[in-house]
Amino acid sequence: MSTAAEVNIGQDVQHDEHHDHEQSFISKYIFTTDHKMIGKQFLVTGIMWGIIGVGMSVIFRLQLGFPDMQMEWLRPLLGGWISESGQLDPEFYLALVTMHGTIMVFFVLTAGLSGTFSNYLIPLQVGARDMASGFMNMLSYWFFFISSVVMMTSIFIETGPAAGGWVVYPPLSALPQAIQGSQLGMTLWLVAMVFFIVSMLLGGINYITTVINLRTEGMSFSRLPLTIWSFFLTAVIGLLSFPVLFAAALLLVFDRSFGTSFYLSDIYIGGEALPNMGGSPILYQHLFWFLGHPEVYIVLLPALGITSEVIATNSRKPIFGYRAMIGSMLGITVLSFVVWAHHMFVSGLNPFLGSVFMFLTLIIAIPSAVKVFNYLTTLWKGNIIFTPATLFSIGLVSFFISGGLTGIFLGNSVIDIQLHDTYFVVAHFHLVMGSLSVFGLLAGVYHWFPKMFGRMMDEKLGHIHFWMTFIGVYMIFFPMHYIGIAGFPRRYYSWTNFDAFSAYTDLNMFVSIAAFVTVAAQFLFLFNFFYSMYRGKKAPQNPWRSNTLEWTAPIIPEHGNWPGEIPKVYRWPYDYSKPGAKEDFIPQHIPLSQTPESNLEHEVELAKKEVVGKTADAKSNT
Amino acid sequence: MFNLAIGLGVVLLLAILFLIFRISSLISVAKGNTNKIETSSNKINGAMFIVFLVGTGFLFFWYSFKEFDNYNLPVASEHGSEYEFLFWITMAVTGVVFVLTQFLLFYFSWKYQYKENTKALFYPENNKLEIIWTFVPAVVLAILVFTGWRVWTDITAPAPENTNNIEIMGYQFAWGVRYPGLDGELGNTDYRVIEATNSFGIDFNDKASYDDFIPREMHIPKGEPVTFNIRARDVLHSVFAPHFRLKMDAVPGMPTSFTFTATKTTEEMREELNDPEFNYEIACTEVCGRGHYSMKLTLIVDEPEEYMEWYAEQESFLKRNPEYLSKVPTELKEVALLKTGIEN
Repeated sequence: MSTAAEVNIGQDVQHDEHHDHEQSFISKYIFTTDHKMIGKQFLVTGIMWGIIGVGMSVIFRLQLGFPDMQMEWLRPLLGGWISESGQLDPEFYLALVTMHGTIMVFFVLTAGLSGTFSNYLIPLQVGARDMASGFMNMLSYWFFFISSVVMMTSIFIETGPAAGGWVVYPPLSALPQAIQGSQLGMTLWLVAMVFFIVSMLLGGINYITTVINLRTEGMSFSRLPLTIWSFFLTAVIGLLSFPVLFAAALLLVFDRSFGTSFYLSDIYIGGEALPNMGGSPILYQHLFWFLGHPEVYIVLLPALGITSEVIATNSRKPIFGYRAMIGSMLGITVLSFVVWAHHMFVSGLNPFLGSVFMFLTLIIAIPSAVKVFNYLTTLWKGNIIFTPATLFSIGLVSFFISGGLTGIFLGNSVIDIQLHDTYFVVAHFHLVMGSLSVFGLLAGVYHWFPKMFGRMMDEKLGHIHFWMTFIGVYMIFFPMHYIGIAGFPRRYYSWTNFDAFSAYTDLNMFVSIAAFVTVAAQFLFLFNFFYSMYRGKKAPQNPWRSNTLEWTAPIIPEHGNWPGEIPKVYRWPYDYSKPGAKEDFIPQHIPLSQTPESNLEHEVELAKKEVVGKTADAKSNT
Repeated sequence: MFNLAIGLGVVLLLAILFLIFRISSLISVAKGNTNKIETSSNKINGAMFIVFLVGTGFLFFWYSFKEFDNYNLPVASEHGSEYEFLFWITMAVTGVVFVLTQFLLFYFSWKYQYKENTKALFYPENNKLEIIWTFVPAVVLAILVFTGWRVWTDITAPAPENTNNIEIMGYQFAWGVRYPGLDGELGNTDYRVIEATNSFGIDFNDKASYDDFIPREMHIPKGEPVTFNIRARDVLHSVFAPHFRLKMDAVPGMPTSFTFTATKTTEEMREELNDPEFNYEIACTEVCGRGHYSMKLTLIVDEPEEYMEWYAEQESFLKRNPEYLSKVPTELKEVALLKTGIEN
């Protein structure tokens, strides 16, 4: 029954394709409902945000590495945020770290990563013509776009953007008299986030529906590539947790603009006692982290999914422990909702709750460990081809180990007493969440660029880009562990006021220089990306000799993805180097009955029951 | 002119880089190795992983040992040594896993790089292995959680009866400190009566507040339990005393506390570190605005006798600011005069 429906959709689309030349620029590139174009829109917007977010970090790394530096030369860019004496304004420093966090976490690693690859890959890999609702999908991008415009505007207003840290804890974020950034900038931040949440929910509903309903014949859940599993679970997490952020933001709007006291109590500021009583700043922290922690997995899981696919393909081996990988992702999904308060061990939280959350937090390390061991075993006795995507995936696993292990320190409430809000935390999450997800994004771009644009990216440039970035990231974030163990607090404009934090000026300088080199290396990527889009080598049909369905579609798929029938699926996506097989890969659409030489015992039985080929045609003809 | 020269230089450099890029890609087309699965760069990348492993591994160990005294702050509280124990146990466990897994990752990457006539091993699953590496981490983590939980319960246990209560209040951008005076009890406060002088909002309807004092310097005794009663007046702050391994947020509208026992006086620490300038410091670790990075409070740890002496010398807030006597209800005036030691 479902096949018949799909064929009908297919016929409609084919019908549309006759009028392809009539599709206007606007409906093809701007208000498009094609999931592939929407994915590219998310990607390009994400890259733009990435440039801005990373650019901000360059400015504050200048401040941290070279505190005495004359910044007069930045005046054309920053204007009044450079003081008379040529120093960076401390409030603007806070605005920079706040916006860097917001932009990187939400606009680059949520929208840019999940938005790009969920959109691009889900229909292509499950074998669907498009997303369940192309229109909602279009809305999802344009809500994100509106959100981007609002957030971008906030950077240019006189009082500056939000400056209370990316977590925007009230009362700092609620009181305009507490910091300039909590004036108009904070209002715009909240408005932008509301649009952003709407966008993520529209996208998420679509991803979930598509994965559940539009899988092609034979594509059971136990044959889904791990990328799709990860996008699916990511969307589930987002759908359940973003509304809570929406609630938190709404209450904050009420407190800021309508005189309520959800988060405010007993406050004396700017020479006056405020009338608000009975609210609790801790309530906000609970609501925020109820999204905030799952958010970590929202940016992490897609990157891990991409890595699973890339490592399996390029080590020419099935991913080790496919079921265990799914199981551990499910475990992470569930547990991600019950660990949020580990961000609040020293917030004044009841110590008993602290112990509960310490326990739950350390449990989540187990599925993560399982994933690492599975990646290692996948590489073991492989036949690894170092495409840029492979390199970035291996780098990602390395970050997953380094950053994951420091999580065991921070998840322990006792150790967190000392390390909370120090550079140890900065090092931890930049490795495990920031760099890891960026590497997932880059691996994904290098791997699926041929599918997206029909051309190859330059491999050598990719290799140089990888090594500069990989070494660079470790040189930036590894030293921060030492700085953090020494107690240096984060979000500090300068440490010279404290004797305890007066050391390590040299190490901070080193970190800054490493950061500048790493940022410079990203221009290689930008060049490679945009140049290859137009001048890159033409891509073959299946450049990585991969098993998944997207490589069966035309090199540049039209709207509707497959010109004829949607391919059927007969096997899981990881039949690499199967003993007996002619090639070292057997794509998912090859029936078992065509590969008797390589079928495993249980597959011999399955092959007999297999009905290959023309059933769909037969139905549509009748 | 100078800027122009730099600009031209950059353009020239980029042009040269672009040319090199074009030439090298043309050469690879001419050589005809564009369609091969494996190129010479595969070997280089594989080798780079080993170089990376050895190079960064060396840097990591060398720096960790060389800098040990710099990043490892001396401990000056009782629970601090338990913290240290837990920290270094965790470091040992994770350190072993770290070295082992990173080694395997890079070693496998190098060892199993593409070779033309080999085929990868088809090895999709092994449930025994999965079970082993689920349970081993689970057991190790359970041990860590259990040890952590015991220390955590100790640290967060209710303060003992004889503790020295001291109030720390965070505001933009400094800390205020208030002591309970001779009655050992901090008086009530009310944020609505805060003014420039009465910056704590001391409530003079409460008898306990009359002998409260606000010193110029902060002192605590060594070897006795001390409880910081922490609050904030405007936005969130966080009390962080790194040498005592102590941190607790200051929350407007919700008092918090942290109880600890100092083990080394400031003098002892100066000798230990051979630094006559040393002082214990308290910093703010919850972003609170423009001056977040400058919220410093110096803290002096005394021998108990010295502390008692210092404590007895302090004059109460009311004595220093007698104009506030007018805020004391008439029926309590006697008590106030008595407790503050103001002559009639």
